[in-house]
Amino acid sequence: MNSTRYVLIFVLTLTAVVAVMLTSLREATKTQAALNEEIFDKRAILKAVEDHLSGGAEVDDLSDDEVLSIFESNFEQSVIDPSGEIVDGMKAEDIDMAKEKKKPEEERVYPLYVYSPDESSDKFYIVSVRGNGLWDEIWGNIAFEEDLNTITGATFDHKGETPGLGAEIKDNPAFSADFKGTKIYRDGEYVSVTVRKGGARNETYEVDGISGATVTADGVTAMLYSGIKKYEPYFDKIRKK
Amino acid sequence: MAAETATKEKEPLLAFGKKERTLLTDPLNDNNPITVQVLGICSALAVTSLVVPSVVMAIAVIFVCAFSSLFTSLLRNYIPKQVRMIVQLVIIATLVTVVELTLRYLNFPIYKQLSVYIGLIITNCIVMGRLEAFAMANKPWRSFLDGVGNGLGYGAILVMVAVIRELFGKGSLFAGSGIEMKIIGANAGYWINTTENAWFGWYANNNLMVLPAAAMFIIGILIWIQRSYNEKLVDIS
Repeated sequence: MNSTRYVLIFVLTLTAVVAVMLTSLREATKTQAALNEEIFDKRAILKAVEDHLSGGAEVDDLSDDEVLSIFESNFEQSVIDPSGEIVDGMKAEDIDMAKEKKKPEEERVYPLYVYSPDESSDKFYIVSVRGNGLWDEIWGNIAFEEDLNTITGATFDHKGETPGLGAEIKDNPAFSADFKGTKIYRDGEYVSVTVRKGGARNETYEVDGISGATVTADGVTAMLYSGIKKYEPYFDKIRKK
Repeated sequence: MAAETATKEKEPLLAFGKKERTLLTDPLNDNNPITVQVLGICSALAVTSLVVPSVVMAIAVIFVCAFSSLFTSLLRNYIPKQVRMIVQLVIIATLVTVVELTLRYLNFPIYKQLSVYIGLIITNCIVMGRLEAFAMANKPWRSFLDGVGNGLGYGAILVMVAVIRELFGKGSLFAGSGIEMKIIGANAGYWINTTENAWFGWYANNNLMVLPAAAMFIIGILIWIQRSYNEKLVDIS
């Protein structure tokens, strides 16, 4: 048995050494890690408009610098409040959806990305949505065509869905590809897009579910319905213009 | 002092003899942490639905197991007995954090994919089991080899289970990586296409395989197979 004094000194020294080591490792890698995360998020947004990238490029083939430069030159970023007004002086990429979700609904703001491949072409509107899956949060980026009705691409991600089941919303490209061409308005009424268990019955408003991942799929449906609705006031304003 | 130098000369620091070899090979079969000691089952059930995460998990566990054994063994004469388990945990948690930070720095997408599992290594009883059973009583080099061996034994079973689960549950191997192999499936692009191939038309992916329960059955069957040919493991009592 060691004396209490020895135990205390040993434990304190060990903790101090470990703390200094880990803190310095973290500090040394912090800038690069933050940049990696930024590029990772931007790739996810870009993936939603992959069909419209200039020269038919694929997001996975783009280098990190190319991703950043596309964001610099072809993207307009704005932040929308619940009444559909643009909040001055804020950039979409500074909005953390996880933090917004915790605020009361009327104080939340929503990021909006507008992508224009070149000067003359159509604009694409990319919105961010966030909701709950089976185990933890799920989120996604949905890109709309200029009519603000037709979805032209979507990407999803999750925190802890089951690999091979719920995680397929991210891992299976067929799931997000299914959203292309779906519409959120039926005869002028907002219906959003539903993930249908057992397969889509109406391919304009529904996509195929994933067998074994019903809760995650229902989470995606709920997330899309309430998430896209938040942008409606803003969409209405653009349409009137 | 003189005696100490003498023993060091007899036994080089990084000796690799018969004993050291058994430290590496024993956990692969006769003393496998999963199938014989039945440790680390929790993570073996959780991560094995796909091959790629299992391989990365195996590498991470080998790293953590080897180096926590090394550091624990280096400190073994100084660690106060009353708090030894907490000290071991600090060492393991430090190494796990190092793995996490390094992955964040080097390959963010893989970090994103594995972040939940990496944290799980801390709770993997194989790591702590080896520290308590071996590293606290043995020299650093042997402890290091023992850690590598046990990590390998764990990883081998993990990958075996993952191959079976992914193949029958998803019809592919190495999904989510650059070398994804699509083997059995209904879409064009699979090696054995069930819609065009009359022989495999009956096959549909087994959804049970994707669930953790499947890993339980597979590990059970692996234990059965191992015990039916390895006489050392037969319980004669």
